[in-house]
Amino acid sequence: MTVLVNGVPTELDPGATVAAALGVAGHTPTATGIAVALNGEVVPKGAWTTTTLGEQDRVEVLGAAQGG
Amino acid sequence: MDDPLTIAGQAFSSRLIMGTGGASSMEALERALVASGAELATVALRRTSPDARGSVLDVLRRVGCKLLPNTAGCFTARDAVRTARLAREAFETDWIKLEVIGDDRILLPDGAGLLDAAETLVDDGFTVLAYSNDDPILARQLQGLGCAAVMPLGSPIGSGMGIRNPYNLRIILEHATVPIVLDAGIGTASDAAVAMELGCDAVLLASAVTRAREPALMAEAMRKAVEAGRLAHLAGRIPRRLYAEASSSFEGLADLSAPLPEPDGR
Repeated sequence: MTVLVNGVPTELDPGATVAAALGVAGHTPTATGIAVALNGEVVPKGAWTTTTLGEQDRVEVLGAAQGG
Repeated sequence: MDDPLTIAGQAFSSRLIMGTGGASSMEALERALVASGAELATVALRRTSPDARGSVLDVLRRVGCKLLPNTAGCFTARDAVRTARLAREAFETDWIKLEVIGDDRILLPDGAGLLDAAETLVDDGFTVLAYSNDDPILARQLQGLGCAAVMPLGSPIGSGMGIRNPYNLRIILEHATVPIVLDAGIGTASDAAVAMELGCDAVLLASAVTRAREPALMAEAMRKAVEAGRLAHLAGRIPRRLYAEASSSFEGLADLSAPLPEPDGR
């Protein structure tokens, strides 16, 4: 299936979790200082390894950047 | 002098809050933060990049700054609320600098969106520091909603135009029940001093330091300007007068007029 990880179309196995998408973005499931949005809604850290993804889901992996 | 800034029960000895945007490198940012003496600094939330070099979080940790995530780049209340919730998840803080921007060219806040997002976030347990227009009504509404601080702009973000409406700011300050932080528009040290002299509780700035030719030097200037402005505010300035008022007394003034000429003309 194809999901968008930080805007990039990415092939993942059916049933893949948020943690797999995090791996694509270069993070482990124990990473700190980052947050994940699935289709615009927060996925709490505790649910990264249990939340499964579907076709065309949008996963945003976000962290601190200089600003404001 | 012990004169802390207190926001939501947390005391800071520095009244300068730094934004971290615009620095040419993490090293330059770190030097500027150290020179500024700031204890609170903003960060934005953006997509992570696998090839990112160093993290602004590491810089803030090293210099001992508390993190203030912002919702920069959000044009709707919904996006700002979502960004705040993501920031809380990422950084384990419920402090948020709330920005809801109405237009990408002038970057002025969208008042209606700001009030909407502020209400939702306060209800959700956030400590909201609201970036606001220099509008006394909007400022009053934001503090009424339970914002921990109201942060009116001096002039548009990054414009360096200083404080364009000191009279509105005075009205905001007269009715303030929460700390008022002058946020945005500071160009140089005198602007920061003026904000503090007017009675602002703190100043938040980024570009004026990070885009200066010598950021660390400007950061030191800002630190001193904020301290000087605060002291001047507490000390109480003299009134402006149209005419002079001598500081030396006229009493006891010597008579140094020329002697009268002698009658025989010698």
